[in-house]
Amino acid sequence: MSVLVGHETRLLVQGITGREGAFHTGACRDYGTRVVAGVTPGKGGQEVAGVPVFDTAREAVRATGANTSLVFVPPRFAADAIAEAVDAGLDLVVSITENVPTQDMVRVVRARPPGGTRILGPNCPGAISPNRAKVGIMPGFIHREGAVGVVSRSGTLTYEAVHQLSRRGIGQSTCVGIGGDPVIGTSFVDVLELFAADDETEAVVLIGEIGGSAEEEAADFIRREMTKPVVGFIAGQTAPPGRRMGHAGAIVMGGKGTAAEKMEALRSAGVHVVESPADIGAMMESALPGS
Amino acid sequence: MNLHEHQAKALLAGYDVRVPRGEPVESVGEAVAAASRLGYPVVVKAQIHAGGRGKAGGVRLARNEAAVREAAEAILGHVLVTKQTGPEGRLVRRLLIEEGVDIARELYVSLIVDRSSGRPMIIASAAGGMDIEEVAIETPEKIQTVLVDPAVGLQPFQARRLAFGLGLKGPAFGNGVSFLLALYRAFDGLDASQVEINPMLVTGDGEVLALDAKLSVDDSALFRQRKVAALRDIREESPLEVEADRHHLNYIKLDGSVGCMVNGAGLAMATMDIVKLAGAEPANFLDVGGGASADQIENAFRILSSDSSVRIVLINIFGGILRCDRLAEGLIAAVRKLGLRLPIVIRMEGTNVEVARRMLADSGMDFTPADGMKDAADKVVAKLRAA
Repeated sequence: MSVLVGHETRLLVQGITGREGAFHTGACRDYGTRVVAGVTPGKGGQEVAGVPVFDTAREAVRATGANTSLVFVPPRFAADAIAEAVDAGLDLVVSITENVPTQDMVRVVRARPPGGTRILGPNCPGAISPNRAKVGIMPGFIHREGAVGVVSRSGTLTYEAVHQLSRRGIGQSTCVGIGGDPVIGTSFVDVLELFAADDETEAVVLIGEIGGSAEEEAADFIRREMTKPVVGFIAGQTAPPGRRMGHAGAIVMGGKGTAAEKMEALRSAGVHVVESPADIGAMMESALPGS
Repeated sequence: MNLHEHQAKALLAGYDVRVPRGEPVESVGEAVAAASRLGYPVVVKAQIHAGGRGKAGGVRLARNEAAVREAAEAILGHVLVTKQTGPEGRLVRRLLIEEGVDIARELYVSLIVDRSSGRPMIIASAAGGMDIEEVAIETPEKIQTVLVDPAVGLQPFQARRLAFGLGLKGPAFGNGVSFLLALYRAFDGLDASQVEINPMLVTGDGEVLALDAKLSVDDSALFRQRKVAALRDIREESPLEVEADRHHLNYIKLDGSVGCMVNGAGLAMATMDIVKLAGAEPANFLDVGGGASADQIENAFRILSSDSSVRIVLINIFGGILRCDRLAEGLIAAVRKLGLRLPIVIRMEGTNVEVARRMLADSGMDFTPADGMKDAADKVVAKLRAA
């Protein structure tokens, strides 16, 4: 087993006819993901690299049995594309798009029916289950199949962590980027629940950053529910307060959301917290069961 | 995007949020003229993008023309240092001249998007004029919060609950409810990421007004908030940050000597962290983004090296979409064009890294390659100490 994406994934790419959409459609397929459809309104009937394009997500789902979507639609239309994927009844919609207005996400998250489509992102690299399916923009070749789940608010910092793991021969079950925006569809806790229940995942790397309280909520969950070891890192220990550090959600406001607070919360929940981002792999090596 | 108080008030007034009458001015003469139109007393308020102005002497009451002139001369064209500006302070270029209003009570209200629930949240407190963070620590029971369902907006019963909680009575109660409903509509309509009214004022007659207003608007929504976007005052921003923004680079100037160039916000923060752990201080946060072109790399390099406190450059790139060879190409071009003034330590990993390493080695330029983030940070510190 892996979580969110795997052999069962049948991928639909929204915004497939754009430059990014077309490029990553190819990259996901080359990795071995079954890419079954694309959607670009008004371009139904075309093909991109052999993948049929539809006008609407509903049509695409009906014709191809797609169950997961990857969104490359420009920011001002991205929330609408996510809403369309939710309406089409997909299991998962992964939004790569950066700079989606926060209030658009507030509305989309509110409109999602309970138990409906899971939304991952926006402003995230996606999810990958090594050797099974890649649904995102991460470089596939740094991953290796194994038993460590990775969950992160960042993109390239996740690659860094994965690289450290793979280099030590530690493979991954699934790596999930939840996104750097203030309002996102899937939280740390949501992914931790999946990893906790996944037979194949034996340990978890959690990479947080300054801003908000998602890491504190994760710490709460870990203290109560998690029996698998968790290694944690928080980026932004040196970030000045009141400034947005690249990600819309990475900001210390009114003295809240600091790295120090988050590291303390995770530590007190039993997480193996590393101060240096270079120590993630080594710490996991020593935290893994049987080591 | 941050706005000046007078801009925030004008925008809020467009949604029927009551504010005192006032005029922005940029000279002492204009200040006197505005005051005589408004009638005395007036309040002379420094307009800068930072709070804490009152305690720093940037807000003064004036009861006559001589006092307005004196206050305007004392503030305008001078640097105001508040606890939010840092020790260097901010030059005051603009004043808000506002009618004086009689103050019966000072309350607090703000709106943000609550990240845990993904919904707008109203925070209100009867302790106006104080920092909400202090109130939260000292008297948390004075703070009330209400989550708003974005599908229906703030409901009148929720606004009433807040108004009762704030102890509003008589005409102030109805005015307070109207004020809160209008404030939510403004928050929603302006794509605000934060609105803070502190203090929210109750006058002796039961009027409810925004005596101060802080408004930040979601940068991602500026494409549909043209009126707001047009109000940007780049004089309030650091010139290097403005320049970086023009090239779609995420740059924030800091106080150290290690110029950092990284792809991705999380990795850029982590790079700053490891520099500090190794014993040096980062000079900046700089995220060149996921798909940076050779041009972008050149712009990034130029911006970070034009900060005179930078003594060494650390480049940390994890190539995914951004291929390492493209980075190397951009970097070699930039160094050739700008002249290699500073030592450069480079850590690269990911797509096409081998090709890129060869390109750098064959360039004949003095790049110091590093293996991993820790090695990179250690090499930076060693070079700084040797210098």
